[in-house]
Amino acid sequence: MKILVQTQAFDLGAEVGAMRQGRTDIGAIASFVGLARDMNEGSGVAAMTLEHYPAMTEKALAKLVDEACARWSLQDVTVIHRVGRLLPGDPIVLVAVASQHRGEAFAACEFIMDYLKTQAPFWKKEETPAGERWVDARASDDAAAARWNLS
Amino acid sequence: MTLRILYFARLRERFGVNEETLDFAGATAADLVAHLQARGGAWAEELAAGRAFRVAINQDIVALDAALPDHAEVAIFPPVTGG
Repeated sequence: MKILVQTQAFDLGAEVGAMRQGRTDIGAIASFVGLARDMNEGSGVAAMTLEHYPAMTEKALAKLVDEACARWSLQDVTVIHRVGRLLPGDPIVLVAVASQHRGEAFAACEFIMDYLKTQAPFWKKEETPAGERWVDARASDDAAAARWNLS
Repeated sequence: MTLRILYFARLRERFGVNEETLDFAGATAADLVAHLQARGGAWAEELAAGRAFRVAINQDIVALDAALPDHAEVAIFPPVTGG
């Protein structure tokens, strides 16, 4: 398991490669990369800054990875989330899940992202032509997390 | 009891404070929220019933009826928007 919160970029290929390194028992790796968009809520976004709660962030991410491991039989999980100022097109978050079969990898990857969206203490502030604004949480994110019957 | 209280993101900006230490006589997170709300202004607005905010005690998000242990680190923040 690998959980990182960092300012620098990450490389999906390198992370998946590290996961496979030296092992031949993995049958499936599902991955997700979230990117900074140049448009949100009808206005252009020149950049965004991600704030977090350092003492809690890694604890919250570890808790959601533990929950995924309790629900599915997983061989490895990597979660990397960036903080600081990001430009459109920059990668924000990476989740990669290894398991013997695809079903568990797909499900656990989606679960981790849905859980992260509502439980991990990160906040986005966007730079738009009208000035800076904090991104509001979406009801659809709560609905997505609720599908998994989170406590 | 003594609490260390942290604020993040939009709430940190609206309250104009990152963190504070508070001597507090209440028992639950709801008691603390009511105490802060009574400061008026942005506190009353942002922590009003029906406003969306989260409370964490010792780095775990809790419901408002959660008990406050002495020397707890309490964080109050808007719903999260990472990912």
